[in-house]
Formats: sequence, C-alpha cells, structure tokens
Amino acid sequence: MTDPCLTVQSLTHRYGDRTALSDVSFSVPGGCLFGLLGPNGSGKTTLFRLLATLLPLQQGKVQVCGFDLETQPADVRRRLGVTFQSPAVDGRLTVIENLDCHGRIYGLPSAVIRQRSEELLNRLELSDRRHSMVGELSGGLRRRVELAKGLMHSPQLLLLDEPSVGLDPAARRYFWDLISEFRGSTTVIVTTHLMEEAEQCEQLLLLNAGQTVTSGSPQQLQSSVNGQRLTVRTRDNRQFREPLETLIGQSGRVVGNRLCFRVHDGAASLQKIMQQMGGDVQSAEIAQPTLEDVFLELTGRDFSEDGPEAEK
Amino acid sequence: MSAVSALASRELKRFLRQRTRIVGAIGQPIIFWVLFGAGLRGSFQSPDWAAGLATPLSYQEYFFPGIAVLIVMFTAIFSTISIIEDRREGFLQGVLAAPVARSVIVLGKVVGGTLLAVIQAGLFLLIGPLLSHIGLSPGLQIDVSAFRFIAAGAFLILIAVELTALGFLIAWPMNSTQGFHAVMSIFLMPMWLLSGAFFPGGGGDWLAWLIRLNPLTYGVAGLRRLLYPGDLPVTASLPSMTMCLTVSTAFALICMVICTRLVNRPATHNVT
Repeated sequence: MTDPCLTVQSLTHRYGDRTALSDVSFSVPGGCLFGLLGPNGSGKTTLFRLLATLLPLQQGKVQVCGFDLETQPADVRRRLGVTFQSPAVDGRLTVIENLDCHGRIYGLPSAVIRQRSEELLNRLELSDRRHSMVGELSGGLRRRVELAKGLMHSPQLLLLDEPSVGLDPAARRYFWDLISEFRGSTTVIVTTHLMEEAEQCEQLLLLNAGQTVTSGSPQQLQSSVNGQRLTVRTRDNRQFREPLETLIGQSGRVVGNRLCFRVHDGAASLQKIMQQMGGDVQSAEIAQPTLEDVFLELTGRDFSEDGPEAEK
Repeated sequence: MSAVSALASRELKRFLRQRTRIVGAIGQPIIFWVLFGAGLRGSFQSPDWAAGLATPLSYQEYFFPGIAVLIVMFTAIFSTISIIEDRREGFLQGVLAAPVARSVIVLGKVVGGTLLAVIQAGLFLLIGPLLSHIGLSPGLQIDVSAFRFIAAGAFLILIAVELTALGFLIAWPMNSTQGFHAVMSIFLMPMWLLSGAFFPGGGGDWLAWLIRLNPLTYGVAGLRRLLYPGDLPVTASLPSMTMCLTVSTAFALICMVICTRLVNRPATHNVT
C-alpha cells in the first residue's frame, strides 16, 4: 500500500457544548477514492471543513502529504483542492476568468494558468463555454467549473463535499465518471449521504453522530453482515409484529413502515410468511445486505432518518 | 502580490458589470451636490478660514470636497458589503482554503475598493467644476491643476483605504447585508455628516467636539486644503495638513490591523 496521503488521529470538534465529532481516526492511502458516508448530522461536514482548513483544529492531529494541518497550514492548503457544496465560483465572472482568478490566488505563473485552464476546459468539456458567465450556466456545468477550479493547481488531495447534490441523474453520472477519471493521479475524498455514490468508492468511512461506525471497502463492509435482509410490510405493524417475530424466531426492527429481519435462510422464511400470514402481508422481500444494512446493523439506526441534531 | 491583484481585479470586473452600482455611487452624490448646493445657498454662513478667499465661499463650493469624500464612502460601503455576499455565495470559503496569507484577503478587498473609489471621486473632481458652465454650480475658486489633481488623488487614496478598511471590519463579522445597512445609517452616514463635509463646525459645543473627534474630519479637511492654491489658515474647524495626514494615516493603519486580526481568526460563520 502507498504512503498515506491523509492521516487523521483522534479528531474531536465541538460547537459550544455540542460535540460534532468525537475521537475520529482514519487514514487515506495515496491515489485512493475515499468516501465519507453518513446521514445528516453525522459530522461529515464538520470533518470536511476541518480538512479544508476552514475550521480551527480543537483536538487531534491531521497530516496531509506529511504536513501538519495545525502548524503548516499554508503547505497543506497548497496541496489541497476543495470543491464545496455551495459553489465557490463567482457567478459574475466567466468560466475562464474564474480559473484565472483561482490560478493567480494560488500563485501559479500565467503560462501555467493558460496551459492548465486549456487542459481542464477540454477534459471537462467546457471549452465552448469558456466565455459564458458562470451564473448563467446550468447546475451540472457550474459544478464542472467548480471541479476545474479545484484541480487548477494540480492538488495532491481533492476534497469534494456532496458533489452531486442538486444535479439531475445524468449530470450526476457524468460527474462521477469524471471523478473516477481523476482518481489515481489525485487522491480524492468525497462526502456523501447517497449509498449508490458510496458504493463507487474504494474505501469508506461510516460516520454516525460524530463517531466512526466502521471503515473498509464497500465489499468488505457488505460481507461483514451475515445472512440476508428480509423486509416485510404488513397491513398493521403493531398488530402483526409479534406473530411475525414468533414465526421467524427473532425480533425485528421497525424501519419506517416496514419490519426488517436478518435471516440466514431467506427462501424458507419467505415461504413460511407467505403460507401462514399471506393475507396480512402487503409485501415481503429478500435482499443481499447493502451499506444501509451495515449502517443499521452497527448503529441500530435507519440511515435515512435525520440525526439527533442535524448539522447547521 | 498576484493574489492581491487577482482579488482586486475581480472587484473591478464585478463593479463594471453592475451598471446600477456605478449610477448609485457617483450619480447620487452629484445630485446631492447640485440640489443641496442650490437649496442651502442662502442660509450658509461661511466659516472663519474662508475669510481670506478672493470671493465669498458659496455653499456648493464648501460642499465640493465633502461630496468627493461621500463618493469614496459609498464606494467603500458597496465594495465591502460584497464580503457578506461572497460569504453567502461561497466564494469566500474558496479563498480561505487557498494558501495565501490572511492579510492578502484584506488587501485584495481594500485595493479593489480603493481603486474604484479613487477613480470615481477623481472623475467627480474633474467633472464638478465643469457643471458651472451649464448653470448647475457657481464658479469654484478651487484650482484643479495637474499637480493639485495628483496631490488630491493621492490623498483620496488614503481616505479610500481608511474607509474601505473600516467597511471591511464592519462587514466581516456580519451575516446579513441588512445588518450592514443598519450600521451604515446609524454610524457611517453620521460619520460623514459630522466630518465637516456637510457643514462647518466651529466653536466649543458638543457638535464641534464630535466633529473634532471624528477621524474622517481630517480626511475632508486635508482634501479641502489640497484643492486650494496657497495655504488656508489653520482654525478650529480646519486642522493643519500635517495633522490631517497624521490622523488619516494612523486611522487607516489601525483599521487595517484590526481587519487582518479579524480575518486571521478562523470562525465558524465563514463557512456556508
């Protein structure tokens, strides 16, 4: 495995007396596409802001490419490319002006700025939009300008905060294809609350209520959960929960309007339910465990619920 | 340095693309100058320092340097209010994540705001005296020769740095432009009114003291001195040029230092 591009040790962050992150540690190998997955309020945005050097480090240690975030912030910032959820591009400047402004802020020589902008405009298919005002572009194009801006200074570590929020499915797919194109040459850390995005990452860190739930590759995480997931929807969960639990021989979990069980012999359980309670069941399905199940298994919480305190 | 010029030229581009801002920043002061100049002509009592002038000082002439400073103030306000927009729109966090000294962020804004302010106030210094040809102002005794224009321009830079830095330190901690407007009406506008720009304040009553304690008084007075050939006498309401330079420079430096301190302090409200 290559040297880690990012190491985070015992990171804790508080807003007043509310703890947003508590003792989080992980490391990201160079060239990896790394996902920070967590529901709203899990602390991933706080973690992102700390990594982007926008919040002061309160407790813990962060190293980016061997530089300490607290004592060498300028060295860290030079190696970071950041793409924020709320766009940091200037809507009143054209695409090329935005890239030029960014390059000059990062102190790039003008020849490098010209060459690099051309390269990125071509690669991100923005060449014919170079003189368009960014404010007049569609959400998907603006996000691409944002990505180009983040890549202008050839960062070693690219941070992306919920990069596909507000994009339609086609733009979202296109954006993810771009991200995977850049992985390898650049280490990419992406925060997301979408399972289908998390599944595309090589490594994942699952967060819940400011704490690490688990980490590993999506496949590792999914195979860590035994058995299959059985989801049943009845006409009235209060009335039918108990008979169902007796039938399957374990207690179920209420998730929304469904009852979830972890079973080892999915087909047999399904058959039993349909034979004995078929009339009271609206739907029943068997599935392989997903990242959602991993989260549910380890936290006892449904991923789509909002956190106890949503982040501000 | 390239980062400062990148941020400053962004300010200029944004300004030129918003026509209403140009009209607001220079149009309104000219209208004020002509209307107040005509309306208050009869009730104006010439201050003691003007006794030695060749012809009695008209109100509109008295008001002339004050309007140049008002243009600087309006421009400074409009440029610094954009800090709040930059933060809300997200541009600011991109700059904060960049490997630049925090003072560059202050300098970028102040240099941009100062350039805009000086260009507009300079234009007014050139255009203002011409209005007498179309009857919108009485003949002015000020002399805008090339040398005086350059000296006045240099002093305008100092006033503009002062006011842009002041606007910056007011805007930085704020989250809403409404808050800035409130500060503008209860603090910045009175600051201008009580600077000797709008009316002279001699004597020893509370008003005269407020004017004397106001750092902007020394900006208006310095500009006034630079616009007249020969030396105007030093009086209670017109401090000496040395005094004007010292107070204005000191105030500009203090504001800049406070701005840099503020920006250096990482704060939660900077992230959107």
